[in-house]
Amino acid sequence: MSNDSLDPRVNRLKLGNAGEAVRVEEGENWNSYEVFHQEKRGAHHEHVGCVHAPNRELALIFAKEQFARRKKCVNLWVVRSADILAFDVEDEDMFANNAEKNYRDASGFKVMEKINKYKQSKK
Amino acid sequence: MNPEAIKDLVIKMADDELILGHRNSEWTGLGPVMEEDIAFSSMAQDKIGHAWALYQVLHEQLNGTDPDRFAFLRKENEYRCSQFVEMPNGSYDFSLMRHFLFDHAETVRYESLAASAFEPLKTLALKIRGELKYHTLHANAWVLQLSQAGEESHARMQQALNEAIGLALGIFEPSEHWEDELISGQIYPGEVALRQRWEERILPVLTQAGLSLPDLGRVEPIYGGRKGYHTVHLLPLLNEMSEVYKLDTEASW
Repeated sequence: MSNDSLDPRVNRLKLGNAGEAVRVEEGENWNSYEVFHQEKRGAHHEHVGCVHAPNRELALIFAKEQFARRKKCVNLWVVRSADILAFDVEDEDMFANNAEKNYRDASGFKVMEKINKYKQSKK
Repeated sequence: MNPEAIKDLVIKMADDELILGHRNSEWTGLGPVMEEDIAFSSMAQDKIGHAWALYQVLHEQLNGTDPDRFAFLRKENEYRCSQFVEMPNGSYDFSLMRHFLFDHAETVRYESLAASAFEPLKTLALKIRGELKYHTLHANAWVLQLSQAGEESHARMQQALNEAIGLALGIFEPSEHWEDELISGQIYPGEVALRQRWEERILPVLTQAGLSLPDLGRVEPIYGGRKGYHTVHLLPLLNEMSEVYKLDTEASW
């Protein structure tokens, strides 16, 4: 399939006869990869953005200069965007009443009292 | 140790870094995709940084002149860069192949300097080790990617390798006067040894990429740069690079 665009992410599809199968060659379309940045050892990797790349090795290589050249970084993850499973935007209502269910909050556990008591006893 | 010998080594290394750093920076804004544009530009900046650090060594440890003046105000035949680094960028295939061949050469050179008897070079070698690791990782990934991306792509990478290889061997042009002294003084292991180590680095990657490395025994190395003989391409580069500096050489930045 020919690609007249200089932008490798965009394929200009030459439509031939309707019904004729269109074959997309491996590597013809680049994927986008989500990038996760780790600021120091042991910290969580945090999502910082995405890069386009032909494969995951190059995605990681691009991510390094894209997202780690200024701020502190010790490690990066990349994940193909297509491999991420997410809820539909319309399903946001599933989360709507969470704030009211404060009986689920950890504040119900009176741990601090015990800790303070223990600290007192050690003094 | 004769300081002239060490100067000879430091100047040729620095000039290679400066000139290739400038060449590669010509891709800024024109790279094939944004991500690569940023990565390639960033590595070009690294090279200028290496050049600056080496000029600084020259200035502080070897009685040299101010790094900026030394970088921008010399005559063309006083530069000691290899002709490889002054060649125009051409297409991205040539630029990438040069990046691959040069950065592996640079890496084996700095690795050897980690054991140098000349302390400032040893310190610098350890400092930039991580940068060079990234540069060669980047170069290897692109060479593999493009060599395996179809017939035309493979042919262009092979063509780029064929064009670049004689020039690349020019990186290892031995010093006219100081080679033995630098080796026996354990400043560095010498160009012959470095070239050998470089061949051992590039061959596995090229093999994996399905590219054939020409028989290096039959390739004529393109020497001359280390003696100040340059191609017609260097002077326009120097004029452009020093244009702003020369507007006012006494200005403080």
